[in-house]
Amino acid sequence: MAATDDLTIRATSDALLRAQAPRKKASMAQFIRWVLLFGGGILMVMPLAYMISTSMKFPWEVYEIGLIPEEPTLENYTYVLEDGRFFGWFINSLIIATITTLSALFFDSLVGYTLCKFKFRGRYIVFIAILSTLMIPTEMLVIPWYMMSQSFGWLDSYWGIMFPGLMTAFGVFLMKQFFETVPDDFLEAARIDGLNEFQIWWQVAMPMVKPALAALAIFIFLGNWTAFLWPLIVTTSPALYTLPVGLASYGDEADVAWELIMTGAAISTLPTLIFFLIFQRFIIRGVVMAGLKG
Amino acid sequence: MTQLILRDLVKRYGDTEVLHAINLSVDQGEFVVLVGPSGCGKSTTLRMIAGLEEISSGIIEIGGRVVNNLEPKDRNIAMVFQNYAIYPHMTVRRNIGFGLKTSKLSKPEKDARIDEVAGILGMTEYLERKPAQLSGGQRQRVAIGRAMVRDPAVFLFDEPLSNLDAQLRTQMRLEIKKLHTRVGKMMIFVTHDQVEAMTLADRIVIMKDGHIQQIGTPAQVYHEPANTFVAQFIGAPQMNLLDATGTGTGVRLWNGAEIAVPGITLAPGRKLRFGIRPEDLTSGAEGLLSGTVTVAEPLGAETLIYVDVGGVEVTATAPGRTPPRAGDKIGLSLSGEAAHLFDADSGLSLRAGGA
Repeated sequence: MAATDDLTIRATSDALLRAQAPRKKASMAQFIRWVLLFGGGILMVMPLAYMISTSMKFPWEVYEIGLIPEEPTLENYTYVLEDGRFFGWFINSLIIATITTLSALFFDSLVGYTLCKFKFRGRYIVFIAILSTLMIPTEMLVIPWYMMSQSFGWLDSYWGIMFPGLMTAFGVFLMKQFFETVPDDFLEAARIDGLNEFQIWWQVAMPMVKPALAALAIFIFLGNWTAFLWPLIVTTSPALYTLPVGLASYGDEADVAWELIMTGAAISTLPTLIFFLIFQRFIIRGVVMAGLKG
Repeated sequence: MTQLILRDLVKRYGDTEVLHAINLSVDQGEFVVLVGPSGCGKSTTLRMIAGLEEISSGIIEIGGRVVNNLEPKDRNIAMVFQNYAIYPHMTVRRNIGFGLKTSKLSKPEKDARIDEVAGILGMTEYLERKPAQLSGGQRQRVAIGRAMVRDPAVFLFDEPLSNLDAQLRTQMRLEIKKLHTRVGKMMIFVTHDQVEAMTLADRIVIMKDGHIQQIGTPAQVYHEPANTFVAQFIGAPQMNLLDATGTGTGVRLWNGAEIAVPGITLAPGRKLRFGIRPEDLTSGAEGLLSGTVTVAEPLGAETLIYVDVGGVEVTATAPGRTPPRAGDKIGLSLSGEAAHLFDADSGLSLRAGGA
C-alpha cells in the first residue's frame, strides 16, 4: 500500500513539475490526465489526512466529517505516549516484525536459491507444494496454527505470534524467480575459487539479488507490522499485544476511542515510513548486472 | 612436470552420449585450443576438466593425479568464463583477490600478489573501481586476473573473447598469447572461431559431434587436414571440395579435367573428393577450370571470387588491385601438389598423416 502511495505522490508531483515547465499549450488529454492523477492522489492521501485529523480531535468531535479540527489538540498524543502500554506494544511489534523479516529473508532466499540452482529429483513438486500454500487463506489457517501453538506451548508468547511468518511461500517464489536472473557462471566461478555452497549463496548470489531482498523485506515487515487477526487470537495478555491489537483495545465495550486509535496509528506509521525510505533506494537504484556483458 | 591427460572420457545425459571416448594429452606450458561448431562437446570437455560437469566414464589426470572425484577447487585449475563472471558488487581488487579466499597466504602476501597480477594486466589504476565502471576488455582482464592470482597449474578459458567486439577481440587475443609466453602455464582454450584457434594454439583439437576429428599444430591441421570436415572448418574462405575419380597417377575432376597428383597412387575409377584451397587457385584468362565470376568480394589485399564452373561453385582468390569482375569469364589453374584428396565415402584424407 505504501508503495502505491509513494508512486501516486511521485506521479502527482511529476505532473505538477511539468505544469511549471516552460509554458506551452496543454492539450485536453493532458489536462484530463492531471485531473485524474490529482484525484487519485487526493484519494490516496485522504485516509492518512483523516487519521492525522482525528488524532488531533477531542472525543466529542470524532464523528464530525470536517477535516480541520475545531479545537486542534495534542492531548491524545500526550495520553498515548504517556500510556505505558503503547510503548510496550510498539516494542512488541518492532521485535516481532524485525525477527520475522530477518528470518523470512534468510529462509525464503535459501529455499528459493536451492530450488532454482540445484537440480534434484522432486524439486518441481516441492516448489509446487510450497506455492500451493498461497491458495489457502489466513482465516483457514488460524485454527491449525492455534492447535499447533497449543501443543508446543507457544500460546500467548512471541514464538506463537511469529512462527507462521518465519518463512513465507510468497518469498520463496519471489526469490526463486530472482535467482533465475543470476547466471550460473558466477556460481561456477566461485565454486572454482574454492567457496563452499553456503558461501556461494551468501557471498555471491545474495548480493546480486539485493533489490529483491529489499522488496521482500518491505512486504514482510509491513505485513507483520499491520498483522491483526493472528496476534489477536494467539495473545491473551495485553503486555504481549502487538500495536494493531493493542490499539484496537482502546476504549471500552460501549465506546471505541477513535481519537486514541488514530493517534496510535499515526505514531505507528513512522517506523514503516522510515523502513520504506531506507529500503526503497535499493529497489529504485537496482543492481546493474555489471559483471556480465549485457 | 604437469600434464593433463584425458583417457576415454565419456559424457552422457541420460541415454544420450554427447562425448565419445575423448583421448588427449597436454604437456606443461602448452597452449591447446578446442575448436568446433556449437554442440560439438568442446565446452563440455572443458567443464569436465574443471570439475563443473560430472564424468560419465573415463579418467582425467592433472599432474599425475586422477582428479575425477576432486572438487574444482582441489584440481589446481582456474577458469575464465565467456561472461567474465566478475562480481558486480565487488571492487576490482576484491574480485581479483577472490581467488585467494581459501589460500593460506597472509593479508600482505595476498595484497602483493593482487598488485603483481594487476601490474601484469595493466589494471593497477583500476583496482578500486567496480566492474560497472570498466570497459568490456578491462572486465575480461579482471576475470583473467582472478584466474592468474591463484597461480594454477592449468588455465581454462571458455570462449572468453566471444563477447568482445572484433577489434578488442584481436587485441585481447594478442594479450592472452603474450600472457601465455610470460606465465608459461598450460592453457586450454575453447572457441568456435577457427581464426582464434589458429592464432593462439600450439596445438588445435578439432571436435565435431562429441568426437575428436584431428589434433595437430595449426600448420598441420591447415595443410594436412585429416578429413573433409577439418578441411572445410579450418581456413577462411573454405576449401573447395570437388567430386573426382582416381586415374592411377592423378585424378579426373567431375568436369573431365585431369590433374597429376604427385606422391600418391589412386585406383582408377575410385570415387574421391578433391580439395583445393582458394589461394591455391590462380585466376587467369585460361586454366584447367573455366567459368564465369558470379560474385567478387574485395578484401583489400586480395579479392575473393566465386566462379561458376559448369554449375559447381568454386571459390578462389585474386590479386586485390586487378581483380576480375562479376560476369567475367576466367580460367582457374592449379597444381596437383596443393591438392588434398579424401575418400568420397568416409571423407578421410588419403594423404599420409591423415587419420
